Amino acid sequence: MPHDHPDHSHDADGLSPSGHPYRPDQDHKLTRWQAMEIAMRELLVEKGIVTAAEITATVEQMDRRSPADGAKVVARAWIDPDFKARLLENGTEAIREMGIEPGVLKLIAVENTPDVHNVVVCTLCSCYPRNLLGLPPDWYKQRAYRSRVVKTPRKVLAEFGLELPEKVQVRVHDSTADMRYLVVPGRPEGTDGLDEAALAGLVSRDAMIGVATARHP
Amino acid sequence: MAQPQKVRVKNWHPPGHVRAPMYLRGKTGEIERELGPFGNPEELAYGHKASRRRLLRVRFTMGELWGAEAENPADILEAEIYEHWLEPINAS
Repeated sequence: MPHDHPDHSHDADGLSPSGHPYRPDQDHKLTRWQAMEIAMRELLVEKGIVTAAEITATVEQMDRRSPADGAKVVARAWIDPDFKARLLENGTEAIREMGIEPGVLKLIAVENTPDVHNVVVCTLCSCYPRNLLGLPPDWYKQRAYRSRVVKTPRKVLAEFGLELPEKVQVRVHDSTADMRYLVVPGRPEGTDGLDEAALAGLVSRDAMIGVATARHP
Repeated sequence: MAQPQKVRVKNWHPPGHVRAPMYLRGKTGEIERELGPFGNPEELAYGHKASRRRLLRVRFTMGELWGAEAENPADILEAEIYEHWLEPINAS
């Protein structure tokens, strides 16, 4: 815990003066895949196929992706029933229509209703709609979530704080191949007066994975 | 409307990179929708020129997957399975 004790060093308990654990420097030998990545990158640059600046720009572009894009799609679906119909029919084309370039993303949007709750997982690895939601949370990639949510989804959702009544059917979507999934959460009550941007602010990453609901304003 | 086609995921255990999860093998479900042809990941994974295979979304009940251990047998799980992993079940 953070505290001021000038009479002793905190190195012994492995904590920095602000009370955080030190992260060790990465002085170990490169792993095979780290070495391969560096070799490939340097060769591509040396041969003039890409520049270092282009690689940085691409990484920056990937880092800019965030759940805000997915939230805009959900908010549009809430206010425009025709858009929602197109989104559920062909998610890939519907997001393109909003100016979000799907790239290689093939999107299926699934809608939560009073009778159905959807939740997304990739049991085989960590497939995730990165173009819409950015990087996946760590728990999404971990074995505990991936193995448990397909067998005991109600228990897992309850651990996220989402208790579903028995009459609501749970649908788990395992992205085993080429499609990626976006959950369109139900629109919260009492949001009739909100504009599209304010509605998007109610839609969290977790709601679009299906482990939460949209926030109430 | 036609009844959804019932299918069983083959209970194969080939070595190498496959994308039919173990927990679905041998299980019976219904075609939820067709997704069209995609390069077969079992060939793509090894840098081979991939054949195009139909990809289908299959809907299973939790009762079918987990039997008595299912939390709620009427809950649903849907997954994408390549056509060569599916065998049709004809209505008897």
